[in-house]
Amino acid sequence: MSFFLEVLIGGLLAGIMYSLVALGFVLIYKASGVFNFAQGAMVFFAALTFVGAQEKLGFPIWAALIFSLILMIILGVLTEKVVLRPLVNQPPISLFMVTIGLTFFVEGLAQLMWGTKVYPLELGIPDEPIAITLTRWGLNTDAVPNVLKEINSFDLIAAIVAGTLVAALAIFFQITRVGRALRAVADDHQAALSVGIPLKTIWAIVWSVAGFVALVAGLMWGARNGVQFALVFVALKALPVLILGGFDSVPGAIVGGLIIGALEKLAEVYIGPYFGGGIEIWFAYVAALLFLLVRPEGLFGEKQIDRV
Amino acid sequence: MKLKKVFFISIITLVLNGCGDKSSTDLTSEVEEAAPSQFFGIAGYRVGPYGPSGAPIATGYIDYLTLLNERDGGLNGVRLSWEECETEYNTAKGLECYERLKTRNPLGPTAIHPMSTGITYGLIDKAPVDQIPLITLGYGRTDASDGRVFPWVFPLMTNYWSQASAIVRFIETKEGGEKSLSGKKIVLLYHDSAYGKEPHEILKVEADNFGFDLVMIPVPHPGNEQQSQWMRIKKEQPDWVILWGWGVMSGTSIKTAKKVGFPREKMIGNWWSGAEVDTLAAGPSASTGYIAANMNLSGKNFEVVQEILKHVYQKGKGGDESYVGTVLWNRGVAQAMLTVEAVRNAQAKYGNTPMSGLQVRWGIENLSLTQAKLDELGFGGMVPPITVSCENHEGPGVVRFQQWDGEKWVSISDWVLGDQKLVRKMVEESAAKYASEKNIEYGCSS
Repeated sequence: MSFFLEVLIGGLLAGIMYSLVALGFVLIYKASGVFNFAQGAMVFFAALTFVGAQEKLGFPIWAALIFSLILMIILGVLTEKVVLRPLVNQPPISLFMVTIGLTFFVEGLAQLMWGTKVYPLELGIPDEPIAITLTRWGLNTDAVPNVLKEINSFDLIAAIVAGTLVAALAIFFQITRVGRALRAVADDHQAALSVGIPLKTIWAIVWSVAGFVALVAGLMWGARNGVQFALVFVALKALPVLILGGFDSVPGAIVGGLIIGALEKLAEVYIGPYFGGGIEIWFAYVAALLFLLVRPEGLFGEKQIDRV
Repeated sequence: MKLKKVFFISIITLVLNGCGDKSSTDLTSEVEEAAPSQFFGIAGYRVGPYGPSGAPIATGYIDYLTLLNERDGGLNGVRLSWEECETEYNTAKGLECYERLKTRNPLGPTAIHPMSTGITYGLIDKAPVDQIPLITLGYGRTDASDGRVFPWVFPLMTNYWSQASAIVRFIETKEGGEKSLSGKKIVLLYHDSAYGKEPHEILKVEADNFGFDLVMIPVPHPGNEQQSQWMRIKKEQPDWVILWGWGVMSGTSIKTAKKVGFPREKMIGNWWSGAEVDTLAAGPSASTGYIAANMNLSGKNFEVVQEILKHVYQKGKGGDESYVGTVLWNRGVAQAMLTVEAVRNAQAKYGNTPMSGLQVRWGIENLSLTQAKLDELGFGGMVPPITVSCENHEGPGVVRFQQWDGEKWVSISDWVLGDQKLVRKMVEESAAKYASEKNIEYGCSS
């Protein structure tokens, strides 16, 4: 039982890491109705800029963080100006296609600027069972159940970061004027424009915020695997999360991540051996697709009702 | 307005380019000179997911060719020229590169290092037609070691099966010698691809012979999340883990091993999981104790490395100097040396002019680099002595083990030979099967 719980908790926490990437997709989708294929590339660009600024330009961590954030904002603003603005009111498929092109551009730009080496990324977050971290901090762990002692400190911090991001974004979307404008734009570009919503500004803001989320995701994933090109593949982990949680739901990204993380880990450990292993990557997609049959808009996605 | 945009983007790109990594962005080429030269076509990869591994190899290869031009004026009076083509480790692009490189010189490329098992498979049927030797150092088809069936393919130094068998021998030694593996459990954590499945058969046979329990756990591509695989390993409680990884998978494995508390001293990576890019990705401290098999040693103390630093880098003609002395850069240098020595061998027979692919094939197949010769070339200790023949396109089949000490790789063994009798038997059986499927007549033409 304790091994089962260990796998389950490990899966839930791994799912949070997927949610961090999924959040970026959700933001863009909410604001423009576009599935941003370039989100993985943005994660890579952000993380590589962060470490590149330290390695090549000699920036301290705080300056590298600010520098990366500024570059992500510039990238967001330029994306709006050069890529999206000419496509206002075009079919969603055109916007989707342009994000595929953007992926190659961003991947290439990142490598052009900072090279293709692998950089280790040390954020100072311990990557060890929490019992060890607590003991190191001089805290007594006797009262902590054994299964919880095995939880990884890094995963726990990632969960806290993701939770904070979700709370902040939920407030942003629900309460602020800009957040409401974002939702209006997502519903209908032309209608939003006709009531005076500044579409260009809104898109620039949302791409910048998505850039910030990509930076956070890039730092967490980079600290885990090293900053390297393979970061673009973390987007693959986010897709089933989005399908399950709903493309336009911030809380859905978190809940979807938790479910997918837990399901795929349990499946790999308990069912995998009967299939020769290596099933988690497709199992997550199968689970998401099955869910689609029951609820096409995802767990928390907005139900689309079209008037005929 | 549009022009303004284009201008703006161009300026940004140009400015940002200044920060870039020279070796990652320049596709290096030494332009064909007026006098006939020996042309080397290089199918490498410096960008994309495997760029961090490909860049040092290509850089080392070119640095060695540059050394010969700068120090010796070429090879027996023949200048060396080359062109690099970016494959991104993509089979389709690799085949395009091959087609492009084979037309670049009247004699074609000296030999092609496809640098990918997928590209190698795509070229096996083409190479004999175009008469271009394929050198597949540590990758490609293992059974191509039987030169009677694969006369144009040379998996020089050692192949996957020799490596797997040598790893088992190494573990046996660590466990206390003969019969010490009986009752032990070894996990093979492998990249879920044709490459990752390469050692399955021989490890199964070795498990039967030695009496150890073999558990094989695949990691789906790209392998950037391995929580469940390592939970399984934790449950299995193996004595050793053999890591058959590539790219991001290797570093993630080492890091996740630390996460679940598996000792890195009990992890042995193969030669594609045993470079600085892997240990640095995991974090130098997380990797401390991790062991890797290798076909060449790392370090800057070898004479040839010092020569390259003196004649190439001090003149500003080298690539990225941070690669010098790393596992993969040294491998690139060794690859170039083997190719060049094959040409030198061919020149001894055919004369000191640029050699054709057919002549170079003879040069490789009759290559014999003794310890004395390697010492003379400055490679003593970096690679093992190698003798190639028509029957044996592999060579010595030995590997050496290095351990990460937190900062660098340290050699912890001599050259280790696996069960060559078993390996050779399996190679010949597999090659015979291939020959029968393709209606290939056995034999040695040289």
